[in-house]
Amino acid sequence: MSLDPATVRRIARLARIGIDESDLPALQGELNGILGWVEQLNEVDVEGVTPMVGTGHAALRTRDDVVTDGNCRDAVLSNAPDAVGPFYTVPKVVE
Amino acid sequence: MSLTELTIADAAAGLRARKFSATELVRAHTDAIAALNPRLNAYITTTPDAALAAATHADAALAKGEAKPLTGIPLGIKDLFCTNGVRTTAASNILKNFVPPYESTVTANLLRDGAVFVGKTNLDEFAMGSANITSAFGPVENPWKRKGDDAALVPGGSSGGSAAAVAAGLAMGATGTDTGGSIRQPAAYCGIVGLKPTYGRCSRFGTIAYASSLDQAGPMARSVRDCAIMLQSMAGFDVRDSTSVNRDVPDYSAAVGRSLKGLKVGIPAEYRAEGLSAEIEAAWQQGIEWLKAAGCEIVDVSLPHTKYGLATYYIVAPAECSSNLARYDGLRFGERVEGPTLDAMYEATRRAGFGPEVRRRIMMGTYVLSAGYYDAYYLKAQKVRSLIRRDFTESFQKVDVLLTPTAPTPAFAQGEKTDDPVQMYLNDIFTVPASMAGMPAMSVPVGLGATGLPLGLQLIGRPFDEETLLAAGSALESAAGFTHRPAIRAEGAK
Repeated sequence: MSLDPATVRRIARLARIGIDESDLPALQGELNGILGWVEQLNEVDVEGVTPMVGTGHAALRTRDDVVTDGNCRDAVLSNAPDAVGPFYTVPKVVE
Repeated sequence: MSLTELTIADAAAGLRARKFSATELVRAHTDAIAALNPRLNAYITTTPDAALAAATHADAALAKGEAKPLTGIPLGIKDLFCTNGVRTTAASNILKNFVPPYESTVTANLLRDGAVFVGKTNLDEFAMGSANITSAFGPVENPWKRKGDDAALVPGGSSGGSAAAVAAGLAMGATGTDTGGSIRQPAAYCGIVGLKPTYGRCSRFGTIAYASSLDQAGPMARSVRDCAIMLQSMAGFDVRDSTSVNRDVPDYSAAVGRSLKGLKVGIPAEYRAEGLSAEIEAAWQQGIEWLKAAGCEIVDVSLPHTKYGLATYYIVAPAECSSNLARYDGLRFGERVEGPTLDAMYEATRRAGFGPEVRRRIMMGTYVLSAGYYDAYYLKAQKVRSLIRRDFTESFQKVDVLLTPTAPTPAFAQGEKTDDPVQMYLNDIFTVPASMAGMPAMSVPVGLGATGLPLGLQLIGRPFDEETLLAAGSALESAAGFTHRPAIRAEGAK
């Protein structure tokens, strides 16, 4: 599996990471190097093996459906890069 | 002895005996930081005023006989743990002005037990790296030097600032986090002890996430006993972390120095890998002899999927990272770069906010999770991960603990191994498998190599058996008598 420049551009778009055309060759080379290296996993027979999704030491638990936190709007907004009053702001999305 | 050379255990005893005050102890460390941090860059943010104020409280508690286990002990906190009101950057530009309005559980536990925080230690950006060279706040210099050579060496990573600070006497201990080796490998490179607990032992609440199924906080200190003391505070069940395990925290210090008579120690054949330096192989053999002399039975074991650990890691960890780091969108917190549309704002923000290694891992993760490739990469890696864990589980039916090298080589110089990401990833070849399996593991310094740099050995234990790691680790520590100190350190620095 080898990524072409169009695929690298598509991945960057999916990840919402801006890239310049001049970044493409190096990025393509690095990602292909990593992907080529992980190809070694094809040697491993995983027939019938259950995928491991966590270490399984903790059982999922439920908690009481009660409010445990809140009334901290200013703290929540304190790190917003462009808060206006009690609101987050975004660029206009509907013309 | 200089106050910056004491262990946590000795300092706690000295404080109780009123040989020195917490203020003197903390000031010795804040002075050392002021003198050496401009060179080592071990801290991103230092908090000397808050530390000295906390020391005053510690002295008051000591005077009243109300000292807690860590009262007055100056610690460094990896800048991945959220600290209430103290900037927390993850060594990333995207969080360069982030001031958490809350405290992580691990740091809250340390504060509860009286610890004094002297600053936030440097790391690889978002804990992604093995040399502490991807930090947006510049690289950390390892306080150790090769014999007759002043070249700046890397401290390892990602907890490189924590390791360098502890080694140089700029903290008595420090918190680290370990996703694929980020506590153990820098501990080995800097000649200190580092313990990655079992996944689920320490809460992840308030620790900035990299790869959530792997991330685990742990202690870094200059002795095995000090790691036991810190872990005692850091560990414990937390309802705010769904992967936290509700199990009693044993008395870790009681395990230090415990007899090893009859303990079965496994030596995995697969760790005699290509690229293992001769000096580390010799240190490993020496470690085997020491444990034999301490009454252990040495057993050859096989972990056949060891060689696939790294490749599995570099699918699973980027996949989780791409998901975790999706939250940095320039909207709710972090830096924002404006753009004409929402997507343009996201793209500009994330391009400017993340460094090249983080961008590369996000993109790798995005690709392996994308439609059409998920089964070939991510699902496959999860299955191999099961086999890696099975190797450990089967070995632990025959032995109580495994002994391996921590890293294939001692610390290397800044600028080496930087051309090819895969070469850099190979530093973690011996630490990643235990991370994938969620097993606890510890690195202990056992000697100096030919060039005068510290060498570490790794112990890997059964889930939640940190005590056996501490017992075997303290035997290695006693046998090795590792008292070497780095060239750059607080003692004598002006």
